[in-house]
Amino acid sequence: MTQIQITRSIDAKGMPCPGPLMSLIGAIREGEVGDVLEVVSSDEGSRTDIPAWLAKAGHELVEVVEEPGFARFVVRKAR
Amino acid sequence: MDEHDDTLSLVLFSGTDDKLHATAVLVAGAAAMGRKVNLFLQYWGLDAFRADRITKDHGVSAEAGPEGAEIVARHAGQHWSEILVQAKDIGEVGIHACALSMEMFQITKDDLDPLVDDVEGVAAFMAEATGPMAFI
Repeated sequence: MTQIQITRSIDAKGMPCPGPLMSLIGAIREGEVGDVLEVVSSDEGSRTDIPAWLAKAGHELVEVVEEPGFARFVVRKAR
Repeated sequence: MDEHDDTLSLVLFSGTDDKLHATAVLVAGAAAMGRKVNLFLQYWGLDAFRADRITKDHGVSAEAGPEGAEIVARHAGQHWSEILVQAKDIGEVGIHACALSMEMFQITKDDLDPLVDDVEGVAAFMAEATGPMAFI
């Protein structure tokens, strides 16, 4: 069980690649440093794209929670 | 500047919706990863960006066949032009119309969707195309 307070949750289920990543990028830009965002994605590409983008953009991947048919990416805006 | 140039240049010749969609996805991915992108529109790729027909049905590649065309049509995704709008929003993406193709179609910048930044000659595009290049 996670103790993390989610600032904003984005439901991107059913959105094809690169939709969930694009939604995350938009939300990160709108958010403030320290915000914790959650993206719920059923897109297989998100599993590689979201960690790759976070590493490049310098934000933190807090956790990835696998659920049947989708995954939750919990992300902290770091800068 | 990075020690290597990761500018991505794409020459879009094709104007079918499958290739336009694949192109938009590549552009969005490159823009997301902080790569500068130059997209050069020639022939049918340019024709697809005409303001009066950008969202119209541009068909799919011949290799799709009737079955493939149906699969593409069924796939509920964003229109490729919307993906390009997002890509331009998050990154450095220049979309350039080939001057020769413009002349061939006898159109001006005003006939094109606002996604297109400018009309460029091939040498100007090549001057910017400093990294890897793909032809679609």
